[in-house]
Amino acid sequence: MAAEGKAIDALSQFELAPFLGAVGESVRFSQSNAHMLLAFGLITALMLWGTARRAIIPGRLQALAESGYEFIYGIVEGQVGSEGKRYFPFVFSIFMFVLFGNMLGLLPFAFTYTSHIAVTFALAALVFIVVTVVALAIHGTHFFSYFFPEGAPKALAPLIIPIEIISYLSRPISLSVRLFANMVAGHVMLKVFATFVVMIGSAAGVLGLIGAVLPMAMNVALVGFEILVAFLQAYVFAILTSIYLHDAVHLH
Amino acid sequence: MTKTIRIATLLSLAALPAMAQVAAEHPGATSSAGMPQLDFGNPWTIAQVVWMLIIFGALYYVMAQYALPQVASVLEARRARIEGDLESAQAAKRQADAALAEHQSATAKARAEAQAAIAGATQKAQAEASARSEALNAKLAAQIDAAETQIATARDAAMGALRQVATDTADALVTRLIGRSDSTAVAAAVDRELAARGRG
Repeated sequence: MAAEGKAIDALSQFELAPFLGAVGESVRFSQSNAHMLLAFGLITALMLWGTARRAIIPGRLQALAESGYEFIYGIVEGQVGSEGKRYFPFVFSIFMFVLFGNMLGLLPFAFTYTSHIAVTFALAALVFIVVTVVALAIHGTHFFSYFFPEGAPKALAPLIIPIEIISYLSRPISLSVRLFANMVAGHVMLKVFATFVVMIGSAAGVLGLIGAVLPMAMNVALVGFEILVAFLQAYVFAILTSIYLHDAVHLH
Repeated sequence: MTKTIRIATLLSLAALPAMAQVAAEHPGATSSAGMPQLDFGNPWTIAQVVWMLIIFGALYYVMAQYALPQVASVLEARRARIEGDLESAQAAKRQADAALAEHQSATAKARAEAQAAIAGATQKAQAEASARSEALNAKLAAQIDAAETQIATARDAAMGALRQVATDTADALVTRLIGRSDSTAVAAAVDRELAARGRG
């Protein structure tokens, strides 16, 4: 984990490694996937275990599970409307998967699977495909009128239609890059300042130890900031998914 | 179902330190220049996505089939409970209001009855008192009448005696003066004199 020599190695934390040695090696199951499985287990435990007692007055875990449910339900209902109920489990799963990926990544020694563009792009592509399939299922070929807003001057069609198509196709890219970049930037910053702590602290004796306090304090603040970002990015992912679903259901 | 998930959770929790160890033991196992995330030639990058789709699919299935319906039913149960409680509270309030109104009307009725009883008793007492005083008045008047009659009788008797006394006295005087008695003329003279004075 520490810097090798004097170089700051902020990127090796993102490297994939086989999980449990030969077992993971044989099925190409990396530590990233292990964290996904952990997230799956934690989310399932929170939702199923948390509400298993079905208490009228909820305990902490049940209150957490319920507020998570109502938070995402509020977003989906607010954005998509009452028809959005069908897509609620999808948006909820996306939100929780991203949220737990971001949060677990902040634990020491943990891996952040949302810091991989392949993962975030796959999630965004999944959203894109679901949204497009929903739109086609509801509106059929009428869906393509989405790319030309009603009432726009016909003369501008050659300009508007390509712009609309490009903006539609760029959705998964912006969605995935936003999450990926936020996570990578946060973890690189944490790693860089952590390396400073070690480098300054081991460089100049007592003075170095005093000097190392500054990047250390910076890292403490950064962790707090990263917790905010972890939640915010999951929220953004969920709300954008809901907005796209709104467009798919209502066409503008 | 829940038990299986419990075991799965415990297993994955137990695996966390192992993961850390593996990550520490394999620094740069798949290392290459630049960001590891952009190394799409690395088969692990793609395998990661395949596993993710499987895990996410499982997550979606469990959420949609078990977890979210359960949470929804818990929330629905609470909502129903609260509504039921509110309704029963309102029913109780209605009942209490009705009891209060009943109580108030009973009180008003009792008060009115009491007022009527008091008024009746007062009237009766007044009637009795006036009757008694009337009777007393009548009795007193009778006694006064009787007394007056008695007085009149006594006076008459006295008046009768007076005539006798006057006649006898006048006769005696006449006898002494003229030596003889003419009682008839004396009686007539006395009568005449009494009549003249209005006492005959």
